[in-house]
Amino acid sequence: MATLTEAPPPPAPAAPEKAPPRRRGRRTPYWLLLPGILWLVVFFAAPMVYQASTSVQTGSLEEGYEVTWHFATYWDALSAYWPQFLRSVAYAASATVLCLLLGYPLAYLIAFRAGRWRNLIMILVIAPFFTSFLIRTLAWKTILADGGPVVDALGTLHVLDVTGRLGWTSGDRVLATPLAVVCGLTYNFLPFMILPLYTSLERIDGRLHEAAGDLYAKPSTVFRKVTFPLSMPGVVSGTLLTFIPATGDYVNASLLGSADTGMIGNVIQSQFLRVLDYPTAAALSFLLMAAILAMVTLYIRRSGTEELV
Amino acid sequence: MTTNPTKTRPDAADRGGDVRLAGIGKTYGSFTAVHPLDLTVARGSFFALLGASGCGKTTTLRMIAGLEEPSSGTVHLGDRDVTALPPYKRPVNTVFQSYALFPHLDIYENVAFGLRRRGIRSVKKQVGEMLDLVQLGEQARRKPHQLSGGQQQRVAVARALINHPEVLLLDEPLGALDLKLRRRMQLELKRIQTEVGITFVHVTHDQEEAMTMADRVAVMNAGRVEQLGAPADLYENPRTTFVANFLGTSNLVEAEVDTRGGGDVVVKAAGGKLVLPGARCSAPAQAGGRVLVGIRPEKITLTHADDAGSVPEGRNRITGTISNTSFIGVSTQYVVDCAACPEFEVYAQNIDRDPRLVPGADVVLHWDPAHTFGLDAGQSVLAGTTGEAGTAGDGAA
Repeated sequence: MATLTEAPPPPAPAAPEKAPPRRRGRRTPYWLLLPGILWLVVFFAAPMVYQASTSVQTGSLEEGYEVTWHFATYWDALSAYWPQFLRSVAYAASATVLCLLLGYPLAYLIAFRAGRWRNLIMILVIAPFFTSFLIRTLAWKTILADGGPVVDALGTLHVLDVTGRLGWTSGDRVLATPLAVVCGLTYNFLPFMILPLYTSLERIDGRLHEAAGDLYAKPSTVFRKVTFPLSMPGVVSGTLLTFIPATGDYVNASLLGSADTGMIGNVIQSQFLRVLDYPTAAALSFLLMAAILAMVTLYIRRSGTEELV
Repeated sequence: MTTNPTKTRPDAADRGGDVRLAGIGKTYGSFTAVHPLDLTVARGSFFALLGASGCGKTTTLRMIAGLEEPSSGTVHLGDRDVTALPPYKRPVNTVFQSYALFPHLDIYENVAFGLRRRGIRSVKKQVGEMLDLVQLGEQARRKPHQLSGGQQQRVAVARALINHPEVLLLDEPLGALDLKLRRRMQLELKRIQTEVGITFVHVTHDQEEAMTMADRVAVMNAGRVEQLGAPADLYENPRTTFVANFLGTSNLVEAEVDTRGGGDVVVKAAGGKLVLPGARCSAPAQAGGRVLVGIRPEKITLTHADDAGSVPEGRNRITGTISNTSFIGVSTQYVVDCAACPEFEVYAQNIDRDPRLVPGADVVLHWDPAHTFGLDAGQSVLAGTTGEAGTAGDGAA
């Protein structure tokens, strides 16, 4: 043990001057970004610019196209194809709502109730991706075939009477009706809804449910006041991941729909590949992009997800 | 602090009652988390469940809250059997270990949550008063993640207390705070409890925290209550080696009972004779039987062997050699190698330090026999020593 007479310890040597921060390596992040940036420039920015210039060209396939800053193409395209625009938004919105209604309970089940079955159910959710998009959609053609068991059952249950009156089906057919297209869209984009929902539900601390219950909230109130608000980031990203690609989709409408269910994707596709009217096709693409951007911006503003932790 | 929300409530006096656990137990498969136990917590008291992690104290608390279904037994609040009630129907609120504040709601809405669920419309006055009580009025519109740990802890307390529960359950509420803040919050919680007069049941693994705050402490070990009593009583009269070691530090010496008479028990340990009061011997002490003799380190006086003659008659004495000393400031801790026990701990106040008491010095340890206690020799001498709490150094101050 130290006694009081002992000499005080020598003063500690002065701390060396702090070395100036090293400059080397400051550029590394930019070098790491380079491949990604190059990829975006070559495969995203350049085609965009090219399409933008195409949209203001005039001419014909035989005489060649020229940039004439002919913005009237936009107006003409919009006035000719606004029904398809509206239909796209309506179908995509219906499919998104259906995906949310079907996907939320499933995501909830996987996140909180599945226990050891969790991984199996997740694999089942992703399993359809192992087959081609086209084949899956064609399968729905068989499922909804005229006189098939599904249509028969719906007819017997008088569901077709109701949907027919609403204009979703016609007569005793489901195929080639809006209902078929929306069903196809819902089926094809459901995993894109379930995965983000599951991720945000799974992140919720289970003790928050206990705390809400402890503070007099019934199970239904716990869901309304705690679980659902905390899953909003998943709801927002899920709806965006479903709605955006569904709006531009043309496979479902062309395989499961008819001439009366054409979506804007079908119009763009036929303008590009069959009519070969490139300016109109490009203008429609930009209009679709602008419309989606506007709707998404409004939606994100309204849902206020930046408030969420 | 002038606000006292309960005083304005006319029903404050007759609200609530004792918490009575009768034969309550919990098993998970073949593992028994809590052996069936009976426990009564008096109304308005501050009760602590103390034990190392995994001893069943949190499970017991969760069974009172209704978050865990007991495998056996009943929970009564006053005269009401609440065993079958779901948590949201029990007049009980919990302060969770991690606080479990709602991250999407601000502090105001977190505190108002319970009131709103019970359909109370005008919560403004009550929430304001409660936030003032925990000194967070300024932070009302902030989100939980913008607050410090101590502030979050106070929000958790406010959120539970505002409902005027019959019982407030606290699950290691101070575990995440640093030592200094923990000390302050201990006093704060004690102040709030005195002010609102609600029954507090506090779960902790920190023996000092339990002793500072609680009126009564139940020491739990391996799913059983080892001993229950007032903090001072538990400390002075431990009945098991676990309690003796878990609460502070004890020197335990194995001894053989020599004679018993006149209220005292005389035992033989390593050649010497020690005396202890019969009333403080929880073991059945018959002549020839074995007991563990216990003495707290701060009760012992250390005298250098040269002055052995100055030790008064009638005191228990043991001789040994100092093997280690550590200077703490207010006190010095000595480890003495004795024939009866190789690591005898002694804490001495630093009033007049004898410079001869250095490692290697021969010493006489002596103490008042009245401070000695006796335990059943059938138990492990080391029970309770490896826990997170009960470390040396706390007892000396």
